[in-house]
Amino acid sequence: MAERRIIDARGSFCPGPLMELIAGMKMANVGEELEVLSSDKGSATDVPEWIKKVGHELLGTREENGVWHIVVKKAK
Amino acid sequence: MRILIIGGGMGGTILANNLARRLTTELKSGKARITMLSASDKHMYQPGLLYLAVGRITPDELYRDQASLLEPGIEFHVDPVTEFHLDKNEVLTRGGKTHAYDVLVIATGSRMVPESIPGLAENCETFYTEETALKMFKRLRAFEGGRVVITVGVPHKCPMAPLEITFMLHDYFKDRGILDKVKLHYTYPIGRTHSLENVAKWATPEFDRLGITYETLFNMKEVDGENKILKSEEGSEVPYDLLIAIPAHKGMEVIEKNGLGQNGWIPTHRHQLNMEGRTNVFVLGDTTNLPISKAGSTAHFEADTLGENIAAMVKMGTPVRDYDGKVFCFIEAGKDRATYAMFNYQNPPDPKAPTKAVHWFKMAYNKLYWVSARGLL
Repeated sequence: MAERRIIDARGSFCPGPLMELIAGMKMANVGEELEVLSSDKGSATDVPEWIKKVGHELLGTREENGVWHIVVKKAK
Repeated sequence: MRILIIGGGMGGTILANNLARRLTTELKSGKARITMLSASDKHMYQPGLLYLAVGRITPDELYRDQASLLEPGIEFHVDPVTEFHLDKNEVLTRGGKTHAYDVLVIATGSRMVPESIPGLAENCETFYTEETALKMFKRLRAFEGGRVVITVGVPHKCPMAPLEITFMLHDYFKDRGILDKVKLHYTYPIGRTHSLENVAKWATPEFDRLGITYETLFNMKEVDGENKILKSEEGSEVPYDLLIAIPAHKGMEVIEKNGLGQNGWIPTHRHQLNMEGRTNVFVLGDTTNLPISKAGSTAHFEADTLGENIAAMVKMGTPVRDYDGKVFCFIEAGKDRATYAMFNYQNPPDPKAPTKAVHWFKMAYNKLYWVSARGLL
């Protein structure tokens, strides 16, 4: 299994975790998994919203010690 | 200690001058040496391009001779690097020269890549180079009305540029007396009008007040130039008469070609600013992969930290402080009002209502920049 791409967006107010994910998606291959680390609880909402709208796959969301880990898969 | 700085932009220039001042004695004694390699003998004030695009400054105001900005004692060559041999602590230049180093700083910057979106380069106006900013202004001068769409790629240099150009276009058309014939429509990649929540909270009602419409969660997919339609990854289609783009950016090709980082962004430690896995290679400004703004102020504050740290490495063998993620951005809210946002890894910004005073301070900074580049401000 290919290594999961980690996008460490902790402490990112600008451009922010979702923008970092969008940029990361462009660099990823279809089928690749990406894990966004965010210290902004809003990411738990706005990342899944964008993933759903574009048509990628949300694999999971969890919070550990104030950091949200959101795992997605590039679907197209 | 041989300190080699690659790139003569804001970050590299401020760092070189900062170090030259801190290491005056060491430079004289030969204990330290600072060399800068750049692709150009000119230094451009990149934020000035925004004003060039709306006819507020002329191209000559953007430039100074790079050598004139550097402290005595800094060795400067216009000879860009083509190969990085990090295991040998050497770089090779286009001119065929090899430069060995003890400490390497990579500050090569970024470039727009409108060609990454099908149809965009041929059908948009933009302002990230002198040539494109001038072309955009000439197009604006000839524009007599219609639907103007502002669209934003990710990642991009200068996070405030999308808002600033939108407000400045509003005032430009208002001054020409054709605002009633122009419809401004703004698109943005995430679910609000700016990545900074507090900036979006200010900008969105401003858009409403000025009659500027907007669509969020909009990421460019392609441009149908024949039918003048911009299409998004999210499935929407936006018609335009004039398309203004903040294109996505990449780091410089030489970075990716040498395998230093995908898309030209080098994996960088967020506090020490060293390249991941390397203790004597540091990265500045747009070239890092850090999740912070690609902005001149980022490069400036990183250069301040790195200047202190590298000088301390020369004098006492260890760096002394961490970069805290500090960024400061002016935000032009039209032709005569502005505000600003300041933040770091821990603290979000809290921008105030735009004022004329901040706008005039920004106007002053456009001149003061040359003092800043010399490392004095």
